[in-house]
Amino acid sequence: MTDQRDIGGPRQPLLQVRDLLKHFPLKGKGLPFASPRSAVRAVDGVNFDILKGETLGVVGESGCGKSTTARVLMQLINQDSGELVFDGETVGSRALPLRQFRRQTQMVFQDSYSSLNPRMTIEDSIAFAPTVHGLPSREAITRARDLLARVGLQPERFAGRYPHELSGGQRQRVNIARALALAPRLVILDEAVSALDKSVEAQVLNLLLDLKQEFGLTYLFISHDLNVVRFISDRVLVMYLGQVVEIGSSDQVFDQPRHPYTRALLKSMPSMDPLQRTMEAPLAGDPPNPINPPSGCRFHTRCAYVQPVCSQRAPVFATDDSGHGVACLRYEADTASLFSTAGEVSHA
Amino acid sequence: MSTLQATAATPVSALPLPAFKRSRGHWANVAARIVRNPLAMIAAVILLTLIGIAVFAPWIMPADPFATSMFTRLKPIGTPDHLFGTDELGRDLLSRLMLGGRLSLFMGITPVLTAFVIGSGIGILAGYAGGFTNTAIMRTIDVLYAFPSVLLAIALSGALGAGIVNALTSLTIVFIPQIARIAESVTTQVRRSDYVDAARASGASAFTIVRAHVLGNVLGPIFVYSTSLISVSMILASGLSFLGLGVKPPEPEWGLMLNTLRTAIYTQPWVAALPGAFIFITSISFNMLSDGLRSAMEVKQ
Amino acid sequence: MHDMITLRDLQVQFFAPKKLIRAVNGVNLAVAQGEVVALIGESGSGKSVTLRSIMRLHSERSTRISGGLDVDGKDVLKMSQRELAALRGDTVAMIFQEPLLALDPVYTVGAQIVEAIRRHKKVSKAEAHKQALSLFEKVRIPSPERRLDAYPHEMSGGMRQRAMIALALSCSPKVLLADEPTTALDATVQIQILLLLRDLQKELGLSIVFVTHDIGAAAEVADRIAVMYAGKIIEQGPAAELLTRPRHPYTLSLLKSRSHGAMQKGQRLETIGGAPPDLSNLPAGCAFAERCKYAVAECSSVQPRDEVLSPGHVVSCLRVHQIVQVNEVTAATN
Repeated sequence: MTDQRDIGGPRQPLLQVRDLLKHFPLKGKGLPFASPRSAVRAVDGVNFDILKGETLGVVGESGCGKSTTARVLMQLINQDSGELVFDGETVGSRALPLRQFRRQTQMVFQDSYSSLNPRMTIEDSIAFAPTVHGLPSREAITRARDLLARVGLQPERFAGRYPHELSGGQRQRVNIARALALAPRLVILDEAVSALDKSVEAQVLNLLLDLKQEFGLTYLFISHDLNVVRFISDRVLVMYLGQVVEIGSSDQVFDQPRHPYTRALLKSMPSMDPLQRTMEAPLAGDPPNPINPPSGCRFHTRCAYVQPVCSQRAPVFATDDSGHGVACLRYEADTASLFSTAGEVSHA
Repeated sequence: MSTLQATAATPVSALPLPAFKRSRGHWANVAARIVRNPLAMIAAVILLTLIGIAVFAPWIMPADPFATSMFTRLKPIGTPDHLFGTDELGRDLLSRLMLGGRLSLFMGITPVLTAFVIGSGIGILAGYAGGFTNTAIMRTIDVLYAFPSVLLAIALSGALGAGIVNALTSLTIVFIPQIARIAESVTTQVRRSDYVDAARASGASAFTIVRAHVLGNVLGPIFVYSTSLISVSMILASGLSFLGLGVKPPEPEWGLMLNTLRTAIYTQPWVAALPGAFIFITSISFNMLSDGLRSAMEVKQ
Repeated sequence: MHDMITLRDLQVQFFAPKKLIRAVNGVNLAVAQGEVVALIGESGSGKSVTLRSIMRLHSERSTRISGGLDVDGKDVLKMSQRELAALRGDTVAMIFQEPLLALDPVYTVGAQIVEAIRRHKKVSKAEAHKQALSLFEKVRIPSPERRLDAYPHEMSGGMRQRAMIALALSCSPKVLLADEPTTALDATVQIQILLLLRDLQKELGLSIVFVTHDIGAAAEVADRIAVMYAGKIIEQGPAAELLTRPRHPYTLSLLKSRSHGAMQKGQRLETIGGAPPDLSNLPAGCAFAERCKYAVAECSSVQPRDEVLSPGHVVSCLRVHQIVQVNEVTAATN
């Protein structure tokens, strides 16, 4: 099933994110027009690829920058520097103007209620985007109803309703239908199932899998729920303080985590066995604020393997042949020997 | 091939789209709720009655509101032929009150309506644009906002001169900043919501987004706030007339009547108080209606 | 030693325009001294309503509570407002999901704790301040002296949650009610707070009722787990037993639609069809019957009784003995 809009071919990543940077300046305490003292370095040099047809999971805690990254990818916020290359063409260039890009990338937000205009009926909300791009109103409504059926909501019952009349799970289905209205190729799901009950979440996850298959979609799946990410993702990306610290296939990252933060994150998942409870928290303190990140490796202040070099030198992200990439001095050729082997036991 | 694209290629059917049942919209819900509010309904009835009287005044008033008579000056309430008494020039008070309602209500509603249109425009523009545009517009508005409304109204009226049009103008200018502020505040909130982001993400222009998503969500609250200003406008207008800056005699207008009957307060206090009572009742009713509207809109479904 | 909390056939109903919402429909629960019980369920199951009823937090005007509700041997439903005020904070304390909503934003956290202490005990301000400091140390807030002078919005999420726990413990309560205290926290912070609660519970001998929708969190702290659906406890038992040998169809589905080995990559998840019932329009029989794959005709018309399967393990299902195919959900290790 080849997409007519495919330009670069199967080996071309659908989206390449290059050196993305986004800082939010904090107002200085002095005069209103004074230059800002410091900034929230929300996204601080992010590089990754999203491959065609895959589901790339993104995990990380508060302050890691995953939500800001998603918004920059959608161009809801403009990056300070860095570029996005969609199917080989730079976003915003003459080859791919922003409006064209918007037709191919859509997003589903976390809050199902605030993502829908409370004054618009469901079908009008879904039909809005196609009408913006020139589709006549009746065809847009037809498409909206068709999509409602596809996401499991009977059009006769739901098309004329308002968002407040639906449950959370139903609203999220509407949001998915709305995201699909422009027939995008890439769908960004920003904590799309996080606010749902577990049983409803399971239904929506199944729906996402079905739709991906049916429409040949590519997903960027952002979530704090590691189990869900493991289930739905082909590859997983881990973020910390505005940077990518690890990337790999789902199995690689979950079974053989390399970055100490990834390990700590996985160990923080509650044990499901009351007879074998977690006895010690893997990380102390709260996730740090990205205003003044630590020097060198940003994680060194909380890392279990820390050595003096970690505060002096920032690790460079490197990917091995199996596609498993990490930014950690323990894996860099010239510093690996500084770390004792005892700290390198891998956890199954 | 994606079936979504196939749908776009299907020829348009000649039959009309089946109309699926639409739920009750937002305003229908508001109407249903406000009807259940007894205070608001009483206020509505009072206002409709007063407006009705004012509109049909020329045909229903019992006497000529301009006919003076030195013999029947300051007659008390209940005098045969003059149910509400007469004023200091012998004119029938009931007729003057009825006809005066026209001007008083007009002076109350019109400035607010005009300010609603202009203030909303300014506020929504500032709210949606954000950034420097917002700062520039809103800080300019703040200059006007800094003056107490009564002082500003009097100062502007004084500068423009007496007369109805000038009074209307100055009142409108007084209300524009207040409405613009509310409009900007509400628009900024709506601007931040996810559905506006989703609309931006779909590639819609700012104009389309404002028309389709913002207006429907902000005009309601702005309107409700504006209705609460009507009573203020009426009182300010009456005040201006009282000071000689608005309506000129012999036009009947409640505030002006209050002024001219001032001296009669010792001889016929009830008669002298009547115009004031009417101003009071009308203002209270507008406020109650506005409150009722606000409560009806506030319910989180 | 009497049980610390006893709920006997607890019913809670809310009056809404034109209908009656039956949020809790006959809950039987006993929490012993020093025991941790987790109430698990999805939205609408009644778990939060049950919790808040223990302190009678609901508005008296629009709520009707009936049944037996004893805390520390005293009948809470018969208490006057003054007795309730003495109960709250002193005997029973509560922590919430969002500390920013529970803490007053215009006072420092230290001031709030001092105020709480002085409300229930006659001590000087200095003495109360000392107690507040030791509480902060107990909940493991770093630089406690400095943090006492912080405002809630100046603290990070995990820190705020610890401050709220300190506030709850300030009057040495015997019971701690926790309403989804870790749901809004990051994973690495959540595990810290869960361990903290466990350690505090052991040290202070608290009885804890822990409401959550996260089975993992329940497994980490609870001695016993009770699963709620449509206002009733449909299964309760020792944590290990319930998680490895669940017997009620809803518990089975809940554990299966969840992760931990049950989610096979690439395959669709097992889901429970349908939706939770309308609490103002509950069916005559078992509320889960319409979604249950083991249901028979009788299930829709007859209310299931509580069946005791083993000491402490109670299931409310007519067919529990016929459902022989017990799916053992093996607990996965990290």
